[in-house]
Amino acid sequence: MERIPILKMGAYLLVTIQVDMHDQLALTLQDDLTDRIVKTRAKGVLIDISSLELVDSFMGRMLGNIAAMSHILDAETVVVGMRPAVAITLVELGLSLKGVKTALNVEKGMSLLEERVRGRVDGNGRFER
Amino acid sequence: MTEGSATAPTRISEILRQNEQTLLTEWLQHQLSAKAFRSGRIKESELREQSLEFLSAFIRALQSGKTFDSDSSAWSEVRDVLGHLSRSRATQGFTSGETATFVFSLKQPVFARLRQELSRDPAALAEETWAISTLIDQLGLYTVDLYQKGREEVISRQQQELMELSTPVVKLWEGVLALPLIGTLDSSRTQVVMENLLEQIVSTGASLAIIDITGVPTVDTLVAQHLLKTVAAARLMGADCIISGIRPQIAQTIVHLGVELGNVITKASLADAFAIALERSGMTVTRLAPRA
Repeated sequence: MERIPILKMGAYLLVTIQVDMHDQLALTLQDDLTDRIVKTRAKGVLIDISSLELVDSFMGRMLGNIAAMSHILDAETVVVGMRPAVAITLVELGLSLKGVKTALNVEKGMSLLEERVRGRVDGNGRFER
Repeated sequence: MTEGSATAPTRISEILRQNEQTLLTEWLQHQLSAKAFRSGRIKESELREQSLEFLSAFIRALQSGKTFDSDSSAWSEVRDVLGHLSRSRATQGFTSGETATFVFSLKQPVFARLRQELSRDPAALAEETWAISTLIDQLGLYTVDLYQKGREEVISRQQQELMELSTPVVKLWEGVLALPLIGTLDSSRTQVVMENLLEQIVSTGASLAIIDITGVPTVDTLVAQHLLKTVAAARLMGADCIISGIRPQIAQTIVHLGVELGNVITKASLADAFAIALERSGMTVTRLAPRA
């Protein structure tokens, strides 16, 4: 069965989505990821969607769900590499992924994760006014 | 007109050809006394040239014996003259009515000629008058069509220019973009602005974008919604947005309308927003030497 690989890098889990997501694949990923977070006691999850060209409302909701679940399991989630077209689509669908942290690329996402895990940034992920 | 009446235009054309000079003089007099000419938008010499050009092309086309339609080759010269004329009139600020009058005012001198030449044959006179009248009407309407098309082209070109002109994304600092918005935000502009900003975020790797709305005249719920959409899209790409340049009136309107800006950072001026941006990227600005 088709699966999306989850790589462990130190205290973080790295998920790169490089195939077209279909609903079953997303559900499998959700199962696998929560399992792995618990098993590896990961502090953060980084999801790279830079090769994802198509999203629908289901995919948008799945990303939000994964982030919420990880949060409950005490792991931060950062979604990185979203394409402009995908971002516009999600906004037009009314899904602005409120609870999900985002970064432009894997590098920035990693440093954001590290910062957040060390608790340098305030609770809602925004810098002080 | 059918094949049977194909000889009729030839007869008219013969009459018109013989009287071309008189026709031109009378027609010019007629046009020169019209209000459109008196407004001074067109010179007499230019009008004379246009009239002469049109009249000779018109008579040549009539001699071919073909009826007017928009794609017959016999009338291509007339169409070119009218096309050129309506375009230049559109830019000179003539109304569509005044432009059409150029063609319609030919009727009176032509009818006068026909009456003179065919006074002994009332049946022929009526028939010829009807034929030429229909023809001139067609030409007039054709001119109006062209005029309108010219105006529409001007409008769509201006719209396009406005669209390109008003959505620049500028790089203020390493990782800091600014988007100075000028003019009202509607859906199509928001789309362009959003796409431009997101493309720039990708290509410059910026993590902060400042949207400056100093040049946006009014902010209503729709504009606010468009702004928030842009902010949300940029956030999905991993860039934070600051909205700056909020005038006192706009701040009042936003609150009165009950628009919820959420946790978007807002600043009164671009300078304040830039200061935050520098602070966030760990930069400070210091004076090197004390002020003299």
